[in-house]
Amino acid sequence: MIDRYELLLALAVALFAMGLLGVMVRRNLLVVIMSLELMLNAVVLSFVAAAAHTQTLHGVAMTFFIYVAATCEIALAMALLVLLVRRRGTLDLAAGQELRG
Amino acid sequence: MTDVFIVFFGVLSLVFAALVLLLRQPMRAALALVAHMICLAAIFACLSVHVIALFQVLIYVGAVMVFMVYTIMLLDDRDTSYRQRFSGTLVPGVLVATAVALLLWRLLDPAASGVPAGPGTVDFSFTAFATAFMQQYWLHFELATVLLLVGVVAAWTVIREAP
Repeated sequence: MIDRYELLLALAVALFAMGLLGVMVRRNLLVVIMSLELMLNAVVLSFVAAAAHTQTLHGVAMTFFIYVAATCEIALAMALLVLLVRRRGTLDLAAGQELRG
Repeated sequence: MTDVFIVFFGVLSLVFAALVLLLRQPMRAALALVAHMICLAAIFACLSVHVIALFQVLIYVGAVMVFMVYTIMLLDDRDTSYRQRFSGTLVPGVLVATAVALLLWRLLDPAASGVPAGPGTVDFSFTAFATAFMQQYWLHFELATVLLLVGVVAAWTVIREAP
């Protein structure tokens, strides 16, 4: 019989790996940002699982700060993405290979 | 019964996460990500951490993803990255992701690390959460508001500097 904490940690690890895979293999910048969100969600899941397992509030409080960081990240990322698309005319990450320095 | 729901929503969240990676159109991928986040919120609710379940729906689905969907609607849907989904690093990417997953599992394995289960039950209610923030995490809370302000100013500056 598998433990609930073990199951949730396994799920968090799988989701983190899938997010990492998306960051590495997808060409579309928007989907790469979505994959980053998948990784953040996996971290949130591991914190909540640990909080429920140890019956402490620390993990739950930490997720609040992850939400704040995610909100800042997405606000900046979307602004930068629109700027990049205006300059390069594409969302394709392969188009950024001409960067120098 | 709770464990059955956790497994059900866990499997669903994995399926939607896979769809985020596989779908061609970013709008569909964004909707799969929304479904994935709702499944995670359901898992948090099953664990009786209703505060985080509510934050997950309100902040992630209600704010972050809506923002992302608006950005997708601003962009041209004839982009080359819509036709070719994956870069040339597909095989190394799969290998690295598998290696990272195995390494993380080795580091986090509850059987090996021996994290003991907490005694009794802690109240994960809004009252307990708010009290902990005002008594233990008030400095972190203030720093988080500063970070949000910096984020807003930075995003505004980026848009203003745009040609």
